Amino acid sequence: MLRLEQRPQPSRMWVYLTPLVAVVITMIAGGALFAALGKSPVEAIATIFWEPLFGEFAFYYRPQLLVKAAPLILIAIGLSLGFRAGIWNIGAEGQYILGAICGAGVALAAYPSENVLIFPAMIVAGAFGGWAWGMIPALLRVKFGTNEILVSLMLVYVAEQLLAAMSLGLMRNPEGHGFPGSRNLQQYEAAHNAELITGSGLHWGVAAALIAVIFAYILLNRHILGYHIRLTGQAPRAARFAGVRPNRLILFCLGTSGALAGLAGMFEVAGPSGQISIDFNVGYGFTAIIVAFLGRLHPVGIMLAGLLMALTYIGGEIAQSNLQLPAAAIQLFQGMLLFFLLAVDVLVQFRLRWIRTEAA
Amino acid sequence: MKFTRLLTGAVLALGLASTAIAEEKTKVGFVFVGPIGDGGWTYEHNQARLAIEKEFGDKVETVYVESVAEGPDSERVMTQMALKGADLIFTTSFGYMDPTINVAKKFPDVKFEHATGYKTAPNVSTYSARFYEGRAVQGHIAGKMTKSNIVGYIGSVPIPEVIRGINSAYIHAKKVNPDVEFKIVWVFEWFNPAKEADAAKVLIEQGADVILQHTDSTAPLAAAEEAGNVIGFGQASDMAAYKDGPRVSSIIDNWGPYYIARTRAVMDGTWESVPTWDGIGPGMVGIGEITDRVPADVKAEAIALKEAIASGEYHPFTGPLNKQDGSAWLEDGEIADDGTLLGMNFYVEGIEGTIPQ
Repeated sequence: MLRLEQRPQPSRMWVYLTPLVAVVITMIAGGALFAALGKSPVEAIATIFWEPLFGEFAFYYRPQLLVKAAPLILIAIGLSLGFRAGIWNIGAEGQYILGAICGAGVALAAYPSENVLIFPAMIVAGAFGGWAWGMIPALLRVKFGTNEILVSLMLVYVAEQLLAAMSLGLMRNPEGHGFPGSRNLQQYEAAHNAELITGSGLHWGVAAALIAVIFAYILLNRHILGYHIRLTGQAPRAARFAGVRPNRLILFCLGTSGALAGLAGMFEVAGPSGQISIDFNVGYGFTAIIVAFLGRLHPVGIMLAGLLMALTYIGGEIAQSNLQLPAAAIQLFQGMLLFFLLAVDVLVQFRLRWIRTEAA
Repeated sequence: MKFTRLLTGAVLALGLASTAIAEEKTKVGFVFVGPIGDGGWTYEHNQARLAIEKEFGDKVETVYVESVAEGPDSERVMTQMALKGADLIFTTSFGYMDPTINVAKKFPDVKFEHATGYKTAPNVSTYSARFYEGRAVQGHIAGKMTKSNIVGYIGSVPIPEVIRGINSAYIHAKKVNPDVEFKIVWVFEWFNPAKEADAAKVLIEQGADVILQHTDSTAPLAAAEEAGNVIGFGQASDMAAYKDGPRVSSIIDNWGPYYIARTRAVMDGTWESVPTWDGIGPGMVGIGEITDRVPADVKAEAIALKEAIASGEYHPFTGPLNKQDGSAWLEDGEIADDGTLLGMNFYVEGIEGTIPQ
C-alpha cells in the first residue's frame, strides 16, 4: 500500500520539479476534459501552448504575452515578499485599481497639457495609490492586530465601488455622450504608456516588471531585509532573536506589494486598457497569487510562471476561437494548474513509500 | 486501374471543391461579453449567429469567443479573429467600443459591427435596438399588476440605454397607476447571477411585487419565484423556462435579421458604415408572450400599446414630460429626438433617487 512519509528535510529537487509536474498533470487532465467535450485533446493542448509562441501569428502573440504577463509578474513579485514572511496580502486587485485611479487621476487633471513630467508623475501617483491602499490592512494589523487577509480582501470590493464612482462621476469623459468611463489615455500622448518599440509589446510596465524581478532577487539574496523576510517565514521565533521587528516587516511587505500592484494598474490604465471604466480590473490581482505560488515565490520562478499564465490566457482564447472550446473549459484548465500544484506540493515535504501490508 | 482513376478523380474533385469553398466562405466572428448559456443577452446574440449559419449554410463560417473581458483582452480577441481571416466581426458589448475602433484601424478591409456604442469609422458600424419601446409595454403591465405599488428595477450599468429603459417603464407605469413608485438598485455589471439575485431579494424585501431587470441572467426571476407573489419579465431573451412561474412577458432581442442582412451585404460588397437603431416595428425588439397571470383586459391594452409603437402611431417619449428636477423637457405632444434619447442621463419627474455618478 502507498504511504506518505515525512522527509527529514524538504526536498530541494521537488521544490523545482513540482511546478513542471503540475503543468504536465494539468495537460493530461485538461486533455481528458477537452476530449470529453468532443475536441481533439492533442490539438487543443497544442493550440494553447504552441500556437502563441510558434504558430502562424506568433509575431502578434509574442508581444501580447509580455503585455499580459507584465502586470501578473509585477504584482506577484510584490506578493511573494509578504508570502515568504507569512504576511498575506490577498487584496492586490484593490491596490491595482487604486494605482490606476491615482495614475489616471494625474493624467486627467493635467489634460490637455503635453508636459513631459506628466508620465513620471503618473508613475509616482500610481505607486503611491497602491501603497496607500496596502497600508490600510498593514496599519490595522500593526495597531489593532486585525487579520490582513480579510481586511485586504474586503478592500478590493471597496476599491471596485470607488472605481465605479470614478468612471461615473469625477473621471467621466466630458465628451463621452453620458456614457461611463474616462477619456482614453491612448489618445493623450503625454500620458500614454506606449510601446517603446512599435510591435514589440514592450511598454514601461514590462520594463518595470523586469526591474522588479532583478531587485527582488537582489533583495532576497543579498540584503539583510531579504534575509529577515525569509527568516520570519521559516522560523518566526528565531527571527525575533535575530532582531527582526515584525511590525516593520508587515509595513514593508504590504506597502511594497501595494506599490507594485499600484504600478501595474497605472501602466495598464495608461497603456493597454487606456481608460478608467467600471470593469477596468479583470482579476490580475487574484491571478497573481497563483503566479506567485507557481513561481515558488522565487523572482525568476515568478517571471516564468507569469509568462506561462499569460500563455494559457492567450492560448486559451485562440483555442476558443479556433476550436470553439467553451470559455469555462479554459478557466477550468487554468484552475487545474493551481489545484495540481498544491496537490503535488505534498512531495516537497513527504515522500511516497510502498509498504507491504502483512496478512493478519 | 479503373479504381485508381476513380480515386484520383475523387481526390481531384474534393481538392477543387475544398479550394472553391475556402475562397467563397465568408468568415464572421463574434466577441461575446458573457457565456452563450447566460439565457439572456449573449444567448440571443449567439442565436443570431446560428441564424446566419442556417441562412447561408456552407457559404459562411462563424467563430465566437465568449466571456471576453472589456478592454485589452477584447482587443486581442478581435485582432486574432481578423488575423485568422474574418471578413466581418460583431463586437457585442458597449465596453468593446474603443478596442473595436483600434483594431478596425489596423484592418481596414475587415468590417466591424459594434453593438450599443457611438463611435464609428469607415469600416465600423454601430447597431442597437430601441429596447425602451419594450420597456413601455413592461411598464404598463407593471403599473397594472402591482398591488404594493412598488416596482423594483435592477439597473446594470448607468448608461443612457439603461436610463432610457427606466424612464420609459416608469412613464407608462405611472400613466396607469398614479401611486406607483420605482425602487432602483444598480449592480454595475451586465451578468452576475449572484449580484442580480441579491438585488432582487433586496427589492422584494422592500415591498416590490414586480421586478424589472436590465441584467442578463435569469437569477432575478429565480428570486421572484422563490418569493412567491412576485412577477418579473424576461430580459434580452424570452426566458420561457419561467413561464409557469413569475415571468409574465419579456423583451426579446432579435438580432438574427440584422446579422443576416449585414453578412449578405459583406458578401455582395455593399456593406457600408451606418448607425442602426431599430425597435419593435422592424422586428429588432420582440415582446414575448404575455401569460395568463396577466388579466385579459391588461393583456389587450399591452398588445394595443405594442402595436401603436410598432406602427409609429405612438412614441413612448411623448410630452408633456418633465425632468426629475421639475424642469420642462417635452411640451404637450412633443416627441423626444433621437439625439437626446441616445445621450439620456436624467430621470423623468417622479422617479426617486439619483443616477450614480
